Amino acid sequence: MEKNEKTSLAVQLQTPAKRMFWMEWRGRSITYISVWIVILVLLSLLWFITSKGLQPFLNGEVTLSQFFSSNWNPQDNKFGSLYIMLGSFMVTICATIISAPLGISAAVFMTEIAPKWGKKVLQPTTEILVGIPSVVYGFIGLTLLVPFIGKFVGGVGFGLLAGTLVLSIMILPTIISISVDAIESVPQKYREGSYALGATRWQTIWRIVLKTALPGLMTAVVLGMARAFGEALAVQMVIGNVPNAPFDFFTSISTLTSMITQNMGNTVPSETFNQILWSMGLVLLLITLVFILLIRFITRRRDA
Amino acid sequence: MKIKKRILASGIIGLAFSSILVACSSGANDENNKQLTGTLTSVGSTAMQPFVEEASKSFMASNPGVQINVQGGGSGQGLTATVNDTADLGNSDIFAEEKEKIDASKLIDHKAFVVGIAPVVHPQVGVTNLTQQQLIDIFTGKVKNWKEVGGKDQAIVLVNRSESSGTRATFAKFALKDNQEFRGNGAIVEDSSGTVRKIIGQTKGAIGYLAFSYIDNTVKALTLDGVQPTNENVTTNKWLVWAYEHIYTNTNGKNKQLEDAFLKYILSPEIQNGLVKKLNYIPIIDMKVERDASGKLK
Repeated sequence: MEKNEKTSLAVQLQTPAKRMFWMEWRGRSITYISVWIVILVLLSLLWFITSKGLQPFLNGEVTLSQFFSSNWNPQDNKFGSLYIMLGSFMVTICATIISAPLGISAAVFMTEIAPKWGKKVLQPTTEILVGIPSVVYGFIGLTLLVPFIGKFVGGVGFGLLAGTLVLSIMILPTIISISVDAIESVPQKYREGSYALGATRWQTIWRIVLKTALPGLMTAVVLGMARAFGEALAVQMVIGNVPNAPFDFFTSISTLTSMITQNMGNTVPSETFNQILWSMGLVLLLITLVFILLIRFITRRRDA
Repeated sequence: MKIKKRILASGIIGLAFSSILVACSSGANDENNKQLTGTLTSVGSTAMQPFVEEASKSFMASNPGVQINVQGGGSGQGLTATVNDTADLGNSDIFAEEKEKIDASKLIDHKAFVVGIAPVVHPQVGVTNLTQQQLIDIFTGKVKNWKEVGGKDQAIVLVNRSESSGTRATFAKFALKDNQEFRGNGAIVEDSSGTVRKIIGQTKGAIGYLAFSYIDNTVKALTLDGVQPTNENVTTNKWLVWAYEHIYTNTNGKNKQLEDAFLKYILSPEIQNGLVKKLNYIPIIDMKVERDASGKLK
């Protein structure tokens, strides 16, 4: 085997330099072209959404203060989207408050407490959770969760609570899998050192493992939040889609994504309503960008 | 190995070119040849999509040279695509004139069929008839409990369609006399008719509106001022809440022969009395009244 490789390398070395040049050139050009396509697509996407999203403000059809007010009434050309944006934030934050402790605890169980059994059972479970399409989550939420809340908890069932619960299950696998990676990357010698000093397993987990893995765990949480923020379909089915103030768990609320998916098809591109939907898309993009910058910031601190 | 790959690549490129050529040549209609050939693109209303898909399937079966691509996207997209000439047929739940930013002079309206819309409620609200004023009071939030209109002591839950929906526009115009729907506490907005039906069926005290074709035994359609929401009452305008489903074409006449053939097929008794009735819509040829874009009877 080794001999074979040597001879093929020798043959390669013996071939004329021109051929080597072409081989190099080919590989390099393929990767270069791919990179440029990706960059170009990204830049044109950014440019497109930004220019479309700024249009209603540049045209003077809607002012920024109107856009960030709470007066939403498209029939009267009132496009105050404050409660819609807050709706997106509220569902995201509430879902994260539920999922983050659950997800990180599950990750600890899978890596520290019962690595073999935990991985055998929990790993496939999270993978299945990732594989379920969001419309299925939404449909289950609509069929089971919403009537349940309406009957036993309060309100009609649609609203912040239903959206929060559906989303928290959806982002759980993201948080678990990234947390597992973060905890596994904590060097074994830290644990051994901790045990050598007489610490119990829980003390080791709490004070050494989780503390060392903290940047990775935060990345997991932020990525989960980003997924929750961008989710449209499942949320749309259970939150009721009325832009009320999102501070009550049992009233219908609306989010940026659900507003866009509901109205994009029915509006005409030159309409103000349609342009405002692009502005909402721009807000979504900017906030996702903030999430990404946050992750970069967190991971940079770890490297330092 | 490499030579083989190269041959394969050139073969693929050649194939692509020749298929483009074929597509181009098939786009041009040969008038001497009676066999229709070419491609039509149909974009727009998701409510009309099942109908257009079925109709184009049977049309393609009898005209093997024709390919019709049917896409959804919504009424707004359908109208825009037809004005911009990116689609041949634009399906819309509303008149092009009702969309401010659409240049309706560039479009020709073909009314394909009529859809009746009825207020529907959860089966146990204890009400079977409402006056139009009561309906307006309910949807504007003045009446909040079913007992105020003669039903059970049960809070009313409004289920609306999204603001840009054609069904919502029709309902607001003809059932609510252009009154604005209440969107406050407890109200729900959903995008698709299927979801609206599901929510009304499972939520106590719910009221919404659906096209006749979506009404089944999980929900209950109300009579309005004593008038039954039936197809017959729509054809005479006794039942006021109905809308045309339109197929728009561009005035530029591109692909005209094919468009005309397909539209003629849509308006033929075969489709009007067959598919339209099968899907529980109202054939355009049965209508005894005609309405213009502003909603006035002609």
